[in-house]
Parts: sequence; C-alpha cells; structure tokens
Amino acid sequence: MSDFMQQALAAAARTAPAWLEPVQARGRDAWSKTALPTRKTEAWKYTSLQPLQQTFSAPATESARSPLDDIPLPALDGPTLVFADGHYRAELSHGELPAGLNLVRFADANSEQAARIAAALGSALQPGRHVFAPLNDATLADGVFLEVAANAHIDTPVHIAWLTTGQNESISITQRLLVCLAENSSATLVESFANTATGGTAFTNGITELLLARGAQLNHYRLHLEQGDAVHIGGVHARQEADSLLNGFHLALGSALKRIDLVVDHQGSGAHCALDGLYLPRGTETVDYHTCIEHAVPHCTSQERFRGIIADEATAVFNGRIHIHPQAQKTRAELSNKNLLTSNKAEINTKPELEIYADDVQCAHGATVAQLDPLALHYLRTRGVPREEAEVMLSYGFINELVEAIAQPAVQAFLKPLLARRFARDARLTRHIL
Amino acid sequence: MLKIDNLHASVENKAILKGLDLTVGPGEVHAIMGPNGSGKSTLGHVLAGRPGYSVTAGSAQLLGQDLLTLDTEERAHLGLFLAYQYPVEIPGVSNMEFLKASVDAVREHRNEAALDSVTFMKQAREACKAVDLDAAFLKRGVNEGFSGGEKKRNELMQMMLLAPKLCIMDETDSGLDIDALQVVANGINAMRSGERSFILVTHYQRLLNFIKPDRVHVLSGGRIVKSGDHSLALELEERGYAWLEDVA
Ligand SMILES: Nc1ncnc2c1ncn2[C@@H]1O[C@H](COP(=O)(O)OP(=O)(O)O)[C@@H](O)[C@H]1O
Ligand SMILES: [Mg+2]
Repeated sequence: MSDFMQQALAAAARTAPAWLEPVQARGRDAWSKTALPTRKTEAWKYTSLQPLQQTFSAPATESARSPLDDIPLPALDGPTLVFADGHYRAELSHGELPAGLNLVRFADANSEQAARIAAALGSALQPGRHVFAPLNDATLADGVFLEVAANAHIDTPVHIAWLTTGQNESISITQRLLVCLAENSSATLVESFANTATGGTAFTNGITELLLARGAQLNHYRLHLEQGDAVHIGGVHARQEADSLLNGFHLALGSALKRIDLVVDHQGSGAHCALDGLYLPRGTETVDYHTCIEHAVPHCTSQERFRGIIADEATAVFNGRIHIHPQAQKTRAELSNKNLLTSNKAEINTKPELEIYADDVQCAHGATVAQLDPLALHYLRTRGVPREEAEVMLSYGFINELVEAIAQPAVQAFLKPLLARRFARDARLTRHIL
Repeated sequence: MLKIDNLHASVENKAILKGLDLTVGPGEVHAIMGPNGSGKSTLGHVLAGRPGYSVTAGSAQLLGQDLLTLDTEERAHLGLFLAYQYPVEIPGVSNMEFLKASVDAVREHRNEAALDSVTFMKQAREACKAVDLDAAFLKRGVNEGFSGGEKKRNELMQMMLLAPKLCIMDETDSGLDIDALQVVANGINAMRSGERSFILVTHYQRLLNFIKPDRVHVLSGGRIVKSGDHSLALELEERGYAWLEDVA
C-alpha cells in the first residue's frame, strides 16, 4: 500500500482511545493489503485518484482554531456538533439532547457506550464495497455515535457539521458517524460538509453507517458543500430491518474530487428507502456517485431520483446498482437519473447496473442526458425574459422538483438560494426564483 | 403598428414565406386564414425570432422599429406577443415565477417600477379568473401537464398581464369548446383598444362572430393571396380555399 497516509496513520494511533485500537489494527491490516483503484478498476473507470498523488498529514489541533464564520451552514434548531479539521469544536456546538436521543463522541464514550459502539461499528459495511473503509478504520481516532431509543421520536433535526479550514499543507481527515435507530424510533439527521477556500488540499475520508431497526424511520440529509481543492471519498452504508424507512437527500457541489458511495442493504421485509440526489460540478471538478441497493429479502421497495447539472469542463459519474437477490420476490425498485450538460465540454457517465435474480419484481430505471431545451429558452424570451435569466430559470428548474421535495423546511430554505445562485452571475438573475 | 414588406423566410433551408405583405394599423383586428402548411405559424415564429427560422428577404417593422434585427426578448419588450399554437411545456419552472419574470422585464423596459409581489399576485389571480383558469395553475410548472384548452387560456392570461401592443394569436380557438371559445373571445375583446392590434390566425369563422375583424386575409403558399372584410371569412367557410389562386 502506498504511504501517502503514513503520518495520518501514526497520529491516529497516538490519539485514539484504547478501545478503538482493535478497530485501527484491523483497518491497518486490511489497508496494507489494499491496492488503490486505477482507471482499470470497473468502479473507478471514470474517476481518477490523481488528486491523492501527494502527501497528507494529520491536521494539528491548534490549526483547527481558524475562524469558521464564512462557511455557510443550514440554521437548524436541534443539537449541533461541529468538527473542524477532524477536531471537535465545543464552543461551536450546542443544543439540548431530547429524551431518547443519545449523541456521544467516540473520544468521550464511557466504557458501556464504547462497548456498544465497538459492537455496531462496521456492521453495515459490506466487505469490498468500500475500498477506503479500511483506511477510515485505521485512522479512526474520534467519531460520533447517534443513538435513538426504541419508540422515541426525535422531532428536532440533529446537525453534524464536518468542516475543513485553510491549512498550509495538505491534510487528511477521517470522518465517522454511527447511527443506531432502535425499533420504531424516528429521527432527522443533517450532515453538512463544508470548507474555507484557502490553503492545501483537504482529503476527507468519510463514512456514515446507518442501522435502522424494525420500524425505525430516518430522514437523512448529507450535504457536500466543499469546494475548490477539497477531496472527499466516502459514503453512507445503511442496513434496514423490517418495515424501516430511510429517506435520504444527497447533494454534492463540485470540487477537485468527490466520490460518494451510497449502499443500502434491505435486510428485513417491508423496508423502504427513497434517495434523492443532486450533483453540480463545474470548472474542472469531478463528482462521482455510486449507489447500490441490495434487495436481499421480499417485499421491499426502493426509489432513487438523482439529477446532475454538469457545467464547463466538469465531469460527473452516476452509477446506480440495484441487486435483487433470488429470494427477494415482490421487490419494487425505481431508479431515475437525469443529467443536464450546460457546455459542450461537460461530461457525464451514467450507468444503471441491474442484477435481478428474482422473477416476481418490478424494476424501473431510466437515465437521460440533455442540454438546455432551446425551444423552452426561446419561449421564455418571447415573454420578455432576458436570455441569461431564462437560462438560470431553466437550470434551476431542472433540479427544482427535488429541492421542493425537501421535507425539512430549514434545509430547504438554506439550499434554495445556495443552489439558485450557483447558476447565476449576479443576484438579479435569481430574483424570480427566490 | 405592424408593417411587413415582401417577407421571405425559410425553415431548415426550405422556403416557407415567399413575399408576404401585411400592414396592420393601430387598434385593428386582422384575421389570417389559410390551408394547413401555408405558413401561418411560420409567420408568427419569424416575427418572434425563433431559432432556425431565417429571413432571406424583406422587412418587418413594429411601431416603426425594425423587428428583425432585435433579439427575441427585445421584440417582446417593444410590445410583440405571440400566443403559441402549441405552447411549450417547461417542467420545473413555475408559472408564477415565469409570469413575474416576464412582467418585470417588460415593465422595466417601459420604465415602470417592478410590481410588488402582493400587487402582482392580485393581478395574476384576476387574469386567471378572466380566462377561467383556476389560480392553482399559477403554482404548476409552465404548461406542464395542462390540457390543450388550459394551455391556450394560459397563453391568454400571459397576454393580459403583459399588455402587449401587437398580439398574434395562433389558432388560440382550435380545440376549444363553445364555452371556452366565448371566454377567449371575451378576454380578447376586453383587451381591444386604439393602441393595441391583433392578428388572429384561425381556421374558423365562428371566432370572428365574437371578435369582429377589420380585415380578413388568406395566406397561401407563403403569401397573402386575398384580403377582404369580414364577408371574406364567411365566403371561405362556404367555399373552402380551392377557388383561390396560388393555393398549394
Ligand atoms: N421546424 C420545422 N422544420 C421543418 N419544416 C417546418 C418546420 N416548421 C414548419 N415547417 C414547414 O413549414 C410549412 C409551414 O408550416 P406552418 O407555418 O406551421 O403552417 P400553418 O401554421 O399554416 O399550418 C409546412 O410545410 C411545415 O411542414
Ligand atoms: Mg399553424
């Protein structure tokens, strides 16, 4: 294994609580046997790991003190945890924990909590599904454990912000979140990833594990707002027991490289997941979403709607795998991926990947690639709307349906202007959208 | 108001308009009739500057300004409005956003202040009511999933809000039942004024029973081959187009 992470590995080993040592050891062992994917690796065919061709160090604690005021984040009124460059920032974190919600950092876990974390950690990660997972284990020094008690309904959203700040050297950050929803509980979780614009490359290796027990319901938002040189390789690995419900909303603004794997494992009959996603790379940015829905048992449903707008010379990849196992009869799986290319040099590689081994199933999938509709553009202009504004309206219109479907009002209120302005040179051009 | 001289235009290198002359005075209503494929819709699209429609000769002036050198939106700012025969569906863009953007753009050009949203909403609801369209349509995507008749009424609603100078209505009456036709006719009649002119493209004399035209023209083979008063429409209804010269 290449040694670009040597320093981060060593630093993690020094700072982790003792009970994480077996996790780290396991990770180091697996990572040492891992070969970095190349363009010949099918799952990495369109995405280059070139941005990792440098040496990363673990960020120093004191360097994580830089001001974070200029990082836009959703304003949510529930419990909020803020991490900067992998370090917890108590002074920016706040909120009371409602009854039934447990929110504890790995570094703070008492022995009983540590035992529960250790037992569940990694259990949603299927071997081989995530090349960088061993590295995440190996460098794991702190993380967050979110636990909801049986039958508890947590109305206020839990917000976890993972920030990276401008540093002079390239740094690597390990993010880890373990979510356990006990039977018939419900919660809303918002994960924001954002950065300040200066300094060296920040490489985030992020893993969120979602364990939904029977009848549990989770509304999960994962907002990748990092820009510029940021590299993020990570994913969400969910395991759903019977009758559980996972609603996911995923957003990736572009940056040097984002590769996000979303893996949902339906393990109990009657489970349902709905994943919406938006990716908006521009410049020379790359965003790569790989989704994988495992239907292992009968009577589960899944629905995915991903839309991408790819501008300039940016590249996007969407790979949607649906795997219906032989015993998973009566599965209903839907996948829709629509892409808008706003320049001739923009690139999208979209591929549905269906593996269906059961016969009594409904599986619908579709992928489209289009440019701005010239007739729609003309129609708007015949009504006096200037061309530039009409283009903004049509671009935003392409993702509007998914933005309007965001159930959490504060997240929607935060994202709407952020997304609309993404397409506009100045505020005048978005005044009719906002 | 509108002065078209010897207009030649082609679509995808196919000549469609072949020397069309038409003059419409202020406050006048002109009807254009003619066989399918004779170029009636093309005329509207050429005047609106639709991509792919190229003018190869001739001129068109609106209010003394050369229309053909203006961008599409500038033509709208000047006062041109084309009600489409087949209005375009734009999913994701709400009718309301679209209308506000249009009205603001046109008002700005007339040096009028932008309407505040309350005033605008009120006007939009009134316009909906005038064309018998439920105000819920304001929240939907532009023409998205509208029925044929709803699309036509949506076009008329836009026209009311934009208060253009020259309205070209391309078969706005096609596919409407008699009640809807009455609604459309009332809407158009209510907008008639000495400063506003209309070109009604229609196949049916029945619309002209509700809206009395000043002139009736027959467009055939890319040219106006005959003009007359309202009685020409009645005659066409009776006899069809075959008796006219130049019919393709
Ligand atoms: N986009 C287009 N591409 C090619 N031919 C077209 C196009 N639009 C119109 N035409 C042709 O131009 C001619 C006139 O069409 P049109 O103006 O729509 O007629 P009308 O409205 O009088 O029925 C027809 O022969 C039609 O096929
Ligand atoms: Mg026509």
